[in-house]
Amino acid sequence: MWSELFLIPFLTGLCLASVLPLLGCYLRLRYEWLAALAYSHVAAAGALLALVVAMPPALGGVAAAGLAGAGKRFFAVRLAGGASYALLLLGGWAVAVLLAANHPMAERLGHALFDGQLYFSGSGQLWLVAIGGIVALVILRALSKQLLLAHVYPDFFRIRGTRTWPTQTGFDLLVALSLAVATMSMGVMGAFSLVFVPPWLAFRRARNWRAGLFLAALIGVLGYIAAFTLALAFDQPFGPVLALLLIALGLLIA
Amino acid sequence: MPGEIVGLTGPNGVGKSTVLAALAGRAKVFSGCIQQQPGLRPALQTQDVPPVDGLPLSGRELLALTGAMADGLPSWLTDRIDLRLDRLSGGQRHYLALWAILQAPADLVLLDEPTNNLDAAGVTHLTAHLRERAAAGAGMIVVSHDAAFVEAVCDRVLVMGACDVE
Repeated sequence: MWSELFLIPFLTGLCLASVLPLLGCYLRLRYEWLAALAYSHVAAAGALLALVVAMPPALGGVAAAGLAGAGKRFFAVRLAGGASYALLLLGGWAVAVLLAANHPMAERLGHALFDGQLYFSGSGQLWLVAIGGIVALVILRALSKQLLLAHVYPDFFRIRGTRTWPTQTGFDLLVALSLAVATMSMGVMGAFSLVFVPPWLAFRRARNWRAGLFLAALIGVLGYIAAFTLALAFDQPFGPVLALLLIALGLLIA
Repeated sequence: MPGEIVGLTGPNGVGKSTVLAALAGRAKVFSGCIQQQPGLRPALQTQDVPPVDGLPLSGRELLALTGAMADGLPSWLTDRIDLRLDRLSGGQRHYLALWAILQAPADLVLLDEPTNNLDAAGVTHLTAHLRERAAAGAGMIVVSHDAAFVEAVCDRVLVMGACDVE
């Protein structure tokens, strides 16, 4: 397992398993956990589209999710009522299925992205995830207080003249790009599992916000290590193994 | 004026909360104008309950968000400040949410029905604390239907009627 063949994918996933649950806590705070699934599908569609037009899939995935995250606020009025993430999810899913149905290479990559295979990560991807993960944590720490304050005391936030859009758009963009990189590395299912389940458990069990962040990251990392080991030992796709493991853990301790 | 507590009273539906919202820039002003002193740091407490159900946020963390200090909290809250807000009673949660605004660094504090959900001990403590806060220099506008509370805490009272202010 610890040979170089698996070490790089393992470390890539480990970085993601540390960051995604923390992002998930803030998404859950804002009732936006569906965003994870939406951005993952958009990233998958972007990756397939890039492949079809002979561009690097990772670039296409990150660009598509980034555009969706940054552009969402321009349609905020038209998409009021929580429709934006559902429409992004449906749009990304539909584009991905159509591309996979019409292009053999897109079909293969589509399977990898949606089934969740982690073992194809290279050293370039590890560097991207490691540096991107550190940057994401720094940005999240900077935005944390504003995100909490905007949720608990939206009027206090506004009356002080604090502009909401830099925080909201900054967070949207951070989530979109992080989910795109995660989807490229571990697939839609693995990324969504890490964004949704650990924060759900942490919100139920933690005694305060700081402990919640720690608990979510801990569940994410331990669940990831167990899933990686099991998937490798039994030669199974990583995404479903991680999802089932986290579901079982959730039902046990929620 | 700094250090002054102004009460705003009147029957339900007369627009007391709307006046407060207009002062806070949350409501449209149809006539007249409101000029805010440059650099003024306002704080606003509304009747909305902070959405903390299911959220692992402790009282201490709530106070830290607005920059409020825990010093001076009533004894029935000091030993519960590290609990999650959704584990507190409605009255305890309301007082902590109110305290986070009251104790935030601010020059002007706008309070909308602060005695809602408070028992007698809470109202007594709030009355004393508002006087202390005003003595420290903060100006306050308090909207309340609680005549006894307004009488006890305010330096000046404006009574709003259907079409005018007395």
